Amino acid sequence: MLKVEINGQQFEAEPGSTIIEVADNAGIYIPRFCYHEKLSVAANCRMCLVEVERAPKPLPACATPVTDGMVVQTLSDIAKQAQADTMEFLLINHPLDCPICDQGGECPLQDQAMGFGGSSSVFEEVKRSVDNVDIGPLITTEMTRCIHCTRCVRFGEEVAGVMELGAIGRGEDMKISTFLGTSMDSEVSGNVIDLCPVGALTSKPYRFTARTWELNGHKGISPHDCLGSNLEIQEIGGVVKRVLPRDNEAVNECWLSDRDRYSYESVNSSDRLTMPLVRRGENYQEIEWAEALDLVSSKLMQIKETWSGKEIGAIASPTASLEEFFLLQKILRALGSSNVDHRLRQQDFRDDLAAPVCPGTDVSISKLQELDGVLIVGSNIRKELPLISLRLRRVAQQGGEIAVLNPMSFDHNFATTQEMIVKPSMMAIAFASIARKIAMATGKEDLLPIDLVELATRHEFGINVDAIANSLIRNGTDALILLGQIGMNHPDASTLRQITSWLGVNCGIRIAILPDANGVAGWVAGCVPHRLPGGHSNSSPGLNCKKMIDQRLKAYVLYGVEVSNDYSDPVALDTALNEAEFVVSFSTFRSAVPEQADVVLPLAAFTEIDAGYINCEGVAQFANAAVNPMGQSRPGWKILRVLGNFLKLAGFDHVSSKDIIAELEEVYDLSAPISVRYKPDLQAINHVVTQSAEVKNGKQLDRIIDVPVYSVDPTVRRATALQSTKDADTVALLACAEELEELGFKHGGQIAVRSETGEVMLPVQPDERVPRGAVYVPAGLSETSVLGSLSVVMVQAME
Amino acid sequence: MEIDYQLSDDVREKIEAEANKYPSRRAAVKSALRYAQQEHGWVSEGVVNAVAELLSLQSIQVFEVATFYDMFYTKPVGRHRIRVCTNVSCMLRGSTDVLNHLKEKLGVEVGETTADGKVALFEAECLGACGGAPMLICNNRYVENLTPEGVDQLLSELD
Repeated sequence: MLKVEINGQQFEAEPGSTIIEVADNAGIYIPRFCYHEKLSVAANCRMCLVEVERAPKPLPACATPVTDGMVVQTLSDIAKQAQADTMEFLLINHPLDCPICDQGGECPLQDQAMGFGGSSSVFEEVKRSVDNVDIGPLITTEMTRCIHCTRCVRFGEEVAGVMELGAIGRGEDMKISTFLGTSMDSEVSGNVIDLCPVGALTSKPYRFTARTWELNGHKGISPHDCLGSNLEIQEIGGVVKRVLPRDNEAVNECWLSDRDRYSYESVNSSDRLTMPLVRRGENYQEIEWAEALDLVSSKLMQIKETWSGKEIGAIASPTASLEEFFLLQKILRALGSSNVDHRLRQQDFRDDLAAPVCPGTDVSISKLQELDGVLIVGSNIRKELPLISLRLRRVAQQGGEIAVLNPMSFDHNFATTQEMIVKPSMMAIAFASIARKIAMATGKEDLLPIDLVELATRHEFGINVDAIANSLIRNGTDALILLGQIGMNHPDASTLRQITSWLGVNCGIRIAILPDANGVAGWVAGCVPHRLPGGHSNSSPGLNCKKMIDQRLKAYVLYGVEVSNDYSDPVALDTALNEAEFVVSFSTFRSAVPEQADVVLPLAAFTEIDAGYINCEGVAQFANAAVNPMGQSRPGWKILRVLGNFLKLAGFDHVSSKDIIAELEEVYDLSAPISVRYKPDLQAINHVVTQSAEVKNGKQLDRIIDVPVYSVDPTVRRATALQSTKDADTVALLACAEELEELGFKHGGQIAVRSETGEVMLPVQPDERVPRGAVYVPAGLSETSVLGSLSVVMVQAME
Repeated sequence: MEIDYQLSDDVREKIEAEANKYPSRRAAVKSALRYAQQEHGWVSEGVVNAVAELLSLQSIQVFEVATFYDMFYTKPVGRHRIRVCTNVSCMLRGSTDVLNHLKEKLGVEVGETTADGKVALFEAECLGACGGAPMLICNNRYVENLTPEGVDQLLSELD
């Protein structure tokens, strides 16, 4: 440790640390613009100049490493003069438009001009002005305000992995721009708004809607993925104006994905349900809550008494909160039914009984970047979990090995060492081959279930398998296998989970089996048919969501589920609802309600509820309601609690959401670390022979099923700015040129995609990322919902 | 503007040779642009994209360099480029007259190209040939001790 003196105080410092780091740790503030602890040092703004003893000139604190015995003055006349002079230069070209600038009030330039600048300027010439560039629907530019700190440029290059903004031109003519005015399409682009120390980059949807000092902030948790990013939800007068990140090094650091940042827009939309509705003939009529709940409870009781409680099924959106999951399953179980599930896109449930209490990761999120090797199985990780992808990017930057086993070659924001791209029906075989290779190399072949060996020998993949296996063996306990949504929702998901767990148990490799959204909470709360709250086994298991729908129950409770988008097989769900006696839809949005709903109960949005979320690491995080529910909509837990009262069920006396958590904690310790390993289950290993569609005409191809980043849940699908981004605008079939040629596809034409349940005509984009024998047809979109959940489709080129 | 541009094999080979000199391919951007501009005449959007692809970079990374250096042309430019030094020594020795003479002869302002696409006129900062002031650089050739007659002579030699 080195000894350093700053402003007369003695500090110890690590060799190699810079003056600004030592000062920050000691709580001594040095002004800065270009320096950011998560970015490389540019030292181009010169604002952090300080006086260092025996140095002839003031030195930039951000770029000067401390030496033993160094004496630093940050408040001396020399330092203050240097900072004031720098400030005067910075303000030469900066417009004095603070009154109409969105950054006003939270602007480091404003603050530091007050704190460290002079009161006047000797500059009398004309200020420069810079043309704005349109960089897409999320970020507004006002480039005249730019002070060229290049934080946004460095963020793209170093953190996001896509350099979209650059500094073009030189000297007086230098400006920050995208390449010839293209848009910023990164899934984490909004972070440049937070990084920008002036008002050059501001939020487009938020623009001119509030002044920062009038906003009230509330702690929120993002419901859109299993990371649970910490949000600062800001509102005025009960209207959410914007969402910012809350720093949490263990979860989202200081970043936020665009999905988490901009999804709030839908919360204020006119599509919100504000009153309970009841169907009268063809139309819906607004009714009072008491009437609505009375109707729901009497209908459910009638079905229970006429047939059985088992004729009632509830399917919940994975974005629901811990409290909602808990009360929903409690009601269903009190009615004598365990038909409750939240795994809407999962197709393979064979391993349910072998499952641990909940899925998740056995490496903590904050340690992901310390791994030496990663194998990603079935995940477009960059879009599925944008901030986890940023951590994996650091693994690659530090020389770690990242391998991928996917049905198509997604664009990653990190370098991969091996990419194994196989068509969907080969995923399990490919993964089994990797497992077998590892077993053989580590002398554990005898332990490998014979079914896996059989699976592995069905196809010879060549050297890729060896390379991936060797990398995992080499990195041992510092290697991670990450199973993502494409794997979890694959028809062979059980097999993939079994292989992952086997490698975790037998080879010491770390594993991550990642659920959708708040799925961990769904498992923990018992919102699965085969487990009670806390993961306790259920002696009378109910039906999983697939069976619930296939078996055509008399009554369905849809909790935040949008039929054509959220369930893996929209056609089957639609049919089941048609035949049901009674359908109650809990929904935040009017347009998300299925036409079969008999009663519609308006749910409050994620910004309006006290809610618990459990992230993939098993950490429970709690959000506070930022605003009151819109209109007569109510937090889900309150609706469910009162519904419990209407049903005259015991144990629905919770006064606050904390009471529900307390009840759950009687059977489950929320602070306990989670185990994510599945028990061995031979039943779950048999490879499902992919069903062949009975439709003639066309060629049978594997369908790559993936939900686009901005189609994951009803809230995101209604966020207008996100829906205007490039990531949201392509509904197209992707296939490689060779495949298209074989199909007889001609440029500019369309392709018909058929399944047993329907047909869609889709525009086509040739895409070499897709392997032979497969086509990419996005799921989660109403446009492709008629195809159902089949993993093979018939494809025919049309004139 | 063209978006797709194919670098010739010759240029690609030269760029590869440059890239091999450095630990990072990004270091070869300037040389790559130089070869590409020699071939294409200027640095178009297509050239930027092609160089970026060849060096595994993003287009903006190449464009930053293309816009930083004065002698990369991001707009179409004449076959011949004349840059007249207007720095102190040349100015004292009459470069203003030389420049005005050229403007009049060519019928263009500084930064413009003649209508026939033959000559582009620029100002330059000191080119280190003050001993021969006033001077200009035509393509890669220094022309020193300029007079209006000398300028006419130079223009007549250009094809």
